[in-house]
Amino acid sequence: MSTIVVSAYRTPTLPMPRLIASAAQHRPAGLDEHERLYGPTPLRGRPRGRRAAKGLIDLVERSGLTGRGGAGFPTARKMRSVASRSGPAVVIANGAEGEPASVKDRLLLTRAPHLILDGIALAAYAVGANEAFLCVHAQEVDVLATLEDAVAERAGARLDAVPVQVTGIPGRYVSSEQSALVQYLNGGPGKPTFSPPRPHERGVNGRPTLVNNVETLAHLALIARYGDNWFRSVGLASAPGSTLVTVDGAVARPGVYEIAMGTPLGQVMLQAGGPSEPLQALLVGGYFGAWLPAETAWPVPMTHAGLKAAGGAMGAGIIVALPATSCALAETARVVSYLAEETAAQCGPCMFGLPALADALIDLAYEGGRGRAIDQIATLIPLIERRGACRHPDGATQLVVSALTAFAADARRHDRQGPCPGVRRAPLLPVPRDEDREWDWA
Amino acid sequence: MGLGMRYRLRVNPIACSGHGMCAELLPEIIEIDPWGFPILASPGVPPGLMGHAKRAVDACPTLALLMEEITDQAR
Amino acid sequence: MSFSLHGPGLWYATRAAGLVTMLLLTCSVLLGVLTAGRFAGDRWPRFVTVGLHRNLSLMVLVFLAVHIVTIVIDTFTSIPLAAAFIPFATTYKTGWTALGAIALDLLVVLTATSLIRNRLGYRTWRWVHWLAYLCWPVALAHGLGMGTDRRTLWVVELTVACIAIVAGAAFWRVVSAARAGAR
Repeated sequence: MSTIVVSAYRTPTLPMPRLIASAAQHRPAGLDEHERLYGPTPLRGRPRGRRAAKGLIDLVERSGLTGRGGAGFPTARKMRSVASRSGPAVVIANGAEGEPASVKDRLLLTRAPHLILDGIALAAYAVGANEAFLCVHAQEVDVLATLEDAVAERAGARLDAVPVQVTGIPGRYVSSEQSALVQYLNGGPGKPTFSPPRPHERGVNGRPTLVNNVETLAHLALIARYGDNWFRSVGLASAPGSTLVTVDGAVARPGVYEIAMGTPLGQVMLQAGGPSEPLQALLVGGYFGAWLPAETAWPVPMTHAGLKAAGGAMGAGIIVALPATSCALAETARVVSYLAEETAAQCGPCMFGLPALADALIDLAYEGGRGRAIDQIATLIPLIERRGACRHPDGATQLVVSALTAFAADARRHDRQGPCPGVRRAPLLPVPRDEDREWDWA
Repeated sequence: MGLGMRYRLRVNPIACSGHGMCAELLPEIIEIDPWGFPILASPGVPPGLMGHAKRAVDACPTLALLMEEITDQAR
Repeated sequence: MSFSLHGPGLWYATRAAGLVTMLLLTCSVLLGVLTAGRFAGDRWPRFVTVGLHRNLSLMVLVFLAVHIVTIVIDTFTSIPLAAAFIPFATTYKTGWTALGAIALDLLVVLTATSLIRNRLGYRTWRWVHWLAYLCWPVALAHGLGMGTDRRTLWVVELTVACIAIVAGAAFWRVVSAARAGAR
């Protein structure tokens, strides 16, 4: 997508949108505007006691906030595991949105930076951190500039006890993984590391480190102001609150939408203006997500559990609508080729397995007709999944398995007869061009 | 995990560079994939194979094979 | 002293033990290079290479101990035990003996770090182990410099053979690493 279109869609009964209330203005909300919209920053003048910090974590637990970066891990539990360790902690706000098809974090960072910075201050207070980093890919210079301005504004108003260090990280796909962020901040190249230890045990400079997605921290900023009941007034009891989703592909109004957790996929699609042409499937969860056939996708609720039960994955809330005239196998082959190029090249099964998988998929999608490709893919999958140090290979295999499940008939046809006419259609799923990938390891 | 198994093996995939000595010394548990890297068929080490497993851990040129005690908490 | 410590017997023992040490050390270096270069044959599994490397290295220490003990208790020369570890601690062919002490010190470090490899961590151990490429030539220079058997043909041939083995192994390693890198 070249532009971000934001919906100011509101249903009459829900007080939405929450996070992107100011986002329609196409410029970052300054500190005054931010406080006018949401109320004063919660920590201003608040006494800094351990009791109150524990109370904040309890509040987060009651609200049921889970991570919005893709894993959906309960935020309060993460905070507790950092807070319970001795010594000063570190907070890392992960704004490095590596997924090419996702722009929700970019939207938040460029339109509502103070929400995120409020969240960082609160998280630092809750876990007893004295250092905080806000990480964004280094090539996003406009985002970095906006954030520096926002931090300077807050410094002028002496808002934050813990200064936030806005940091540009390598542009590689895996550099936004939490252990890679920790490694980079410790002076390394920004590649995922083997665990133990996990960041919450020993992270930046050996200290317990909390890593949260920026959207999660934005929700935290509002929970601290309005409370857990307010947060839970939207969404499901098992999956409360709102979440940002990026909707792209064959829809009338692609863009970032804020939806209640548990909204059925069909309703999200309607919010985005509905399909612009007949669809065959939805890719949900991004490149580490899964394909859902259009016939079965409509009623599936947007929650981690709901999507998993339907054979999908929520990921970082990405939905791409695939038209009927496209070839899903060709799209998948392109994505897996990209993922194969973006390995950290540290673990043998991933750095050799993903290119082999990509080759088999390209064979199936574009050459086809030799009856071998599906078997080859089936042999490769168990040799790749769960054999790397991070989840990169698992994300790729999950995508491939879901493609061969959702498009089993197409795959068989490709394998036996040859490519379908859909491969000639212009590619839909965004993959950064080689020229744009001028980045490298630190 | 089977009964009586207190230890399990784990490969550090970043340290592993596919020397393959572990598979030579412990073929009961470790196989080599088409690219030279170890696959642990079942990570738990039966008590009878402990000696061989320790030797395999010792022999790894990059210290990538690890022996861990199995705790009760789920991973 | 109730037995003769200044006959030629001890002197021969020292030189013999020294030559065996040189031979074993050469084989150890060879096996180390083969390990790193992933050498394997049809009937020669990888673990044999690394196992032999380890055992031969420990044997080196045994023969080195014989070499040192025999020269220290030999009354013909008055080399103190300290000179085996501390360079320049004796007046007997000071420089060449010093090389022997340096080689021994390096060997002790190499062995100690290898024995506690698990606790040390791979990167530290590897970094220290590069000293093996310093230890071997220093040991060889010590043997040549001491000069006792420089005029004995088979000793010269043995020394040349050891040099050829290590040079050949190093060459093989460099070539196969370059080929692997080009792939």
